[in-house]
Amino acid sequence: MNKPLRRVAIFCGLLIFSLLIRDNWLQFVDGDSLKNDPHNRRVLINEYAKPRGDIIVGGKAVTGHKTTGDSDFQYERTYTDGAEWAPVTGFASQVYGTTLLEGVEDKILTGDDDRLFFNRTIDMLTGKQQQGGDVVTTLNSKAQDAAFKGLGDKKGAVAAINPQTGAILALASTPSYDPSTIADGSAKDSKAWSALQADKNQPMLNRALRQTYPPGSTFKIVTAAAALDNGLYSSIDEPTDSPLPYTLPGTTTTLNNEGPLPCHNATLKVALEVSCNTVFGHMGAQLGQAKMLAQADKFGFNKSLDIPVRTVASNFSNGMNSSQVALSSIGQFNTAATPLQMAMVAGAVANNGKLMTPYMVDQLRAPNLNVVQENSPKELDQAMTPQTAQKIQGMMEAVVSGGTGTMAQIPGVTVGGKTGTAQHGENNSGLPYAWFISYAKTAQGSPVAVAVVVEDGNANREEISGGGLAAPIAKSVMEAVLNK
Amino acid sequence: MSSASNTTTISPVGAPNRRNTELALLLFAVAIPLLAYANVGLAKHGSVPAGMLGYGLGMGGFALVAHLVVRKFAPYADPLMLPIATLLNGLGLVLIYRLDQEPSVTTPALGGPRAPGQLLWSGLAVLLFIAVIVFLKDHRILNRYTYISGAAALLLLIAPMFFPAVNGSRLWIVIPGVGSIQPGEFAKIVLAVFFSGYLMVKRDALALASRRFMGMYLPRGRDLGPILVIWAVSMGILIVETDLGSTLLYFGLFVVMLYVATERTSWIVFGLLLAGGGATVVGMTSSHVKVRINEWLDPMQGVAQGLASEAAQVRWSFGSGGVLGTGLGQGYSRLIGGIGVKSDYILATVGEELGLAGVMAVLLLYGLLVERGMRTALAARDPFGKLLAVGLSSAMAIQVFVVAGGVTGLIPLTGMTMPFLAQGGSSVVANWALVAILLRISDTARRPAPAPAPSPDSEPTQVVRL
Repeated sequence: MNKPLRRVAIFCGLLIFSLLIRDNWLQFVDGDSLKNDPHNRRVLINEYAKPRGDIIVGGKAVTGHKTTGDSDFQYERTYTDGAEWAPVTGFASQVYGTTLLEGVEDKILTGDDDRLFFNRTIDMLTGKQQQGGDVVTTLNSKAQDAAFKGLGDKKGAVAAINPQTGAILALASTPSYDPSTIADGSAKDSKAWSALQADKNQPMLNRALRQTYPPGSTFKIVTAAAALDNGLYSSIDEPTDSPLPYTLPGTTTTLNNEGPLPCHNATLKVALEVSCNTVFGHMGAQLGQAKMLAQADKFGFNKSLDIPVRTVASNFSNGMNSSQVALSSIGQFNTAATPLQMAMVAGAVANNGKLMTPYMVDQLRAPNLNVVQENSPKELDQAMTPQTAQKIQGMMEAVVSGGTGTMAQIPGVTVGGKTGTAQHGENNSGLPYAWFISYAKTAQGSPVAVAVVVEDGNANREEISGGGLAAPIAKSVMEAVLNK
Repeated sequence: MSSASNTTTISPVGAPNRRNTELALLLFAVAIPLLAYANVGLAKHGSVPAGMLGYGLGMGGFALVAHLVVRKFAPYADPLMLPIATLLNGLGLVLIYRLDQEPSVTTPALGGPRAPGQLLWSGLAVLLFIAVIVFLKDHRILNRYTYISGAAALLLLIAPMFFPAVNGSRLWIVIPGVGSIQPGEFAKIVLAVFFSGYLMVKRDALALASRRFMGMYLPRGRDLGPILVIWAVSMGILIVETDLGSTLLYFGLFVVMLYVATERTSWIVFGLLLAGGGATVVGMTSSHVKVRINEWLDPMQGVAQGLASEAAQVRWSFGSGGVLGTGLGQGYSRLIGGIGVKSDYILATVGEELGLAGVMAVLLLYGLLVERGMRTALAARDPFGKLLAVGLSSAMAIQVFVVAGGVTGLIPLTGMTMPFLAQGGSSVVANWALVAILLRISDTARRPAPAPAPSPDSEPTQVVRL
């Protein structure tokens, strides 16, 4: 009987051996992917087993944490002025994941980042709890306050940057939401989550970075830059070749101005001051698709940025016919821009043509306050020649001193701006978007450029204009930055 | 004629009985779970558990008594089996105690803390172990009860059909207010006894009275009868009790023993054909089995919708443990949830908290235990003992393979418990009895041959001139 017995012994050995192989496969080969599977609850449990690091604005944290009685998640995220800062922080929820800065810098905030390996090892050896690092933002809390309060219960967004560095100073979006209301998995929070999801006003949409609007007349800055840079006109005081009425090329449709404006062969300066559609439409058609697109691209259109939160790309279309280029040149047709994009346009003008890459994270800090990463200003593009930029500054300053943007005047400070009122909807039936982009200038250069968009305002249709609704908000943001 | 070999000039020096080896190993087998127990307390509460001393004394006491009984009544028994069983049982208790610290799997609905009950059962099991060693003087006594064993096995297998299903399987005899026992665990021992007795008698008929066909020996029709009965009973269990694991165990056990008894490979082919055919038919018709097979093929189905199956949770548990594990008390195998986490899925807790290293160690312990059983079978001098030892060992091997393979996803998951490790009174009692019988066989097998009576033949050879 011993021969079959030996075979059975070998067979049983093979059974155990196959289990060993399988277990090696499961725990060694597949181990990491199972361990880090986002559906594996342990990933979340680990994340909330220690306090998250903070997101810091102007030396003060806008985030925090509290301990919970929950068996799975020991810590929960809290927010100070959550609704105001939501477009910056995003949320970190035990159930719904992470977004915006909370999402992009998650590894730093949880302390799991490779660059924090040394800290982790020390913590492990000394038996301390793993700690998260901090994210220090470039934002200016006064400017953010001004933007958020200025928008109030209107629907809209504000983006403000420092034109000389690209540092983002304010990012507001309304209506907003408080991320602490969806931080855990309680019945209350899941109700709040479904209410936010169902809200047709989309409070969780970051309008400053991720919603594009037709920029309307504010886009005329881009058209003017193209005209001056391409030598179509060399002076802002030189009469342009602008017919009135102006029929869109290849069609029988006439392009109208907002009322009886002095737009016939107006100078660039006057045309921008009173916002002539005919002048800039004709100019765009004269320059043509290629030159307009090239100019828009230089300002950063058609490209999404990681600041480090990813923005939506603003659009200036390619392959349009002349009449469509004409409409696009006054910020209509398919032209669409995020508020951040328009702040970059104003910023490039204010910074003498040099467009800086926008960024919102100044430093990433280890728990022991060592700087892990420091972001420095980077040039994105030379959007136009310094001469052109200075000419456009002259035009924009005229808009504020005596044109459609007088509401943005700040005593003792040079302010340049441009209003916009963009049509939208089927046959322009929707309430127009009120735009205002501006910058303030001091002896040391320009410290702030702002773009404000108000979606439909609590005003009737006639009253909506960039100058009336959006300019005061831009003004208060600029004042906050200037410390006025 | 062979007087030269039958000499008394070399007196048998007593073979080393290895009892001291066993005692030394037992020391480790008690110390390791004790340290693990302290580890759980420190990880979960920051202090050594209060019951540490009592637990240590209790376990040490049981191990010592078992050892002394073996030393007295089975002095030549295998030195490895008792320490391995003690170690696995001790680790199992620690793991159950560890899971008892998780409120979510220790709710009253799930039976509350399970470690005290398991400790009690383990105590009873060791008492049974001692009783078997003391009272079963020779394993061949069991041979007398061949057909009674057969009837008892049939009864044990059929009984659960008359009780309500638990978790989709009819494996339990439930006595309200007293508890439930899982007769299948005992059935494997009784069946092994029956098969050994039956095959010992019939092996010649089965092996020799067969026709050769295409290079294989085909059994005669009437010899085929009992095999078909076993097959039918196995399939019946599978269909009525929806228990794939037990079917695999009983049928596998039978085929292995048949093969060893008859030395005919054709029985394996025949057995595999029958088992494969039956399993295919049942797999295609039974919804319970179909669900298990689908979960095996795609454990992550439904995960995206937030409906992670236990199979998925078990995989995550293993994966999160990695190579070295999180450390006892620091994993999250409670996420598997339900009642299975302390019984069927206990290996997942080993995987998460002790890591790949821990699971390999545990599997190797089982491997060692099984192979010591095989060694006993090889050494046994009587066919009944050989068959019984190989039957019990391979039953253990198949059970470990079916459970561990199911939990790790090597084969579809079936409801069976990891011997010694998993929570379950019947299982721990039955497996201690199994080890006791193996020890008894090994004692007989390793016992030095009795000194031959001095015979006149072996007197110094004289040349007789005729």
